[in-house]
Amino acid sequence: MALIKCENVSIGYEGQTVVKDLNFEISTGDYLCIVGENGSGKSTLVKSILGLKAVESGAILFGDGLKQNEIGYLPQQTDVQKDFPASVYEVVLSGRLNSRGFRPFYTAADKQQAYEKMEILGIRDLARQCFRDLSGGQKQRALLARALCATKKLLLLDEPVTGLDPIVTAEFYQLIRRINRESGIAVVMVSHDIESAVEDASHILHLQEKVLFFGTAEDYRKSRIGKTFLGGGQNA
Amino acid sequence: MLDTLFHMLSYPFMVRAFAVGTLVALCSALLGVSLVLKRYSMIGDGLSHVGFGALALAAALNVAPLTVAIPVVVVAAVLLLRISGGSRIKGDSAIALISTSSLAVGVMVISVTTGMNTDVYNYMFGSILAMSEEDVRLSVLLSVIVLVLFFFFYQKIFAITFDETFAQATGVRAGLYNTLIAVLTAVTIVLGMRMMGALLISSLIIFPALTSMRVCRTFKSVIVNSAAVSVVCLVVGITVSYVCATPAGASVVMVNIAALCVYALVGALRNRRGGK
Repeated sequence: MALIKCENVSIGYEGQTVVKDLNFEISTGDYLCIVGENGSGKSTLVKSILGLKAVESGAILFGDGLKQNEIGYLPQQTDVQKDFPASVYEVVLSGRLNSRGFRPFYTAADKQQAYEKMEILGIRDLARQCFRDLSGGQKQRALLARALCATKKLLLLDEPVTGLDPIVTAEFYQLIRRINRESGIAVVMVSHDIESAVEDASHILHLQEKVLFFGTAEDYRKSRIGKTFLGGGQNA
Repeated sequence: MLDTLFHMLSYPFMVRAFAVGTLVALCSALLGVSLVLKRYSMIGDGLSHVGFGALALAAALNVAPLTVAIPVVVVAAVLLLRISGGSRIKGDSAIALISTSSLAVGVMVISVTTGMNTDVYNYMFGSILAMSEEDVRLSVLLSVIVLVLFFFFYQKIFAITFDETFAQATGVRAGLYNTLIAVLTAVTIVLGMRMMGALLISSLIIFPALTSMRVCRTFKSVIVNSAAVSVVCLVVGITVSYVCATPAGASVVMVNIAALCVYALVGALRNRRGGK
């Protein structure tokens, strides 16, 4: 059984269907990139996978012991976070919230997890720093550490490199690759950057109100649609 | 000095003012941190205007002020959250809409009934004499609820304030907590507004959070510091009000302004030394 299986899913706002007839699945260890233009329904799909938006029809099924609230989500950054007074440690630790239930406090094991994830992402020494004083890349690493605290199986990244400079972007992609390969955590990344997507991902989901393509990155490169979009990317 | 203090506390109304004041200051500071960070500062101001309308209505109907004001303001708070969540009308304009409407209703009710008198003046700018035994009981109850909320659900409140989407994705019922915070804010405002004044009560929500954020760099320290600053400012403010015979609300706000300036200065000095 796959981690996530979408069966004939349609999602919309107030009667207006945004995406329809989605069929795809994500298995353990996959690295799926969701690509498509603005308004093609990528973010809407992400919200539905997270359970923040109900589907109009069809079903999103979770398997392999994955629960909906155990997805490691890296959202796009909000305005609120720009001047938020919180230490990196506090932010990362808040990723453990889904394992708390009704118990109000974090255990030593939770704190241990938070430090471990910071270690993996190379931000251990920033733990006491204030989140608002970090650089863009460091902020993303802190939020990624939080996402890792929330999951053992699946990371869901919503345009994670927006606003990062090319070097930091490359480092970030490398980090994601490493996590995917070394810990076997499946990765779903929404991205504008088709070129890098094809390079890193094992699978591609190309959306344009419906599924234009779903399959391995290799097949995507050979497909007509893939050639058109990648070719377009090179000309630009 | 000590004499003045004892003398001051020999009046029952002063004891009540201190009791309600410190508890309201404590609650509003805690709730205020979340509201300010989520860009909901104006909700306090909006709700106090609704409270003014409700008090005017209560006076006209000749019923106990709190029995009208608390339900009305609580409903307004929930309504404000719903409207800004629905995003048809944006949050800031929704607040302005509701607050000016209720102010207008209040003024109309007053003008056709009692006319502008000292009561109305007290609603606007507050009176240190306004607190009753019932207010003391209610504020104790309110602060117990707020403290329990912040003690047991602190981690969830942090998560919702920092990143509501992430919190929801990990199974936190953000809507429930937002509503709870709005309702508690409503009750805090109704309790505090007759002492602080409808026009000034929102300062208790906003000042302590902003003051602490000048210096504190973790969420926990901001919360603790806000509560402390808020209570200290209130006690000093009320004392000033008693000694100098100035209005209570305005005195408390003046002390809060002073605290903000001191914290801003400390923050600026520290940043300069840190080379930023």
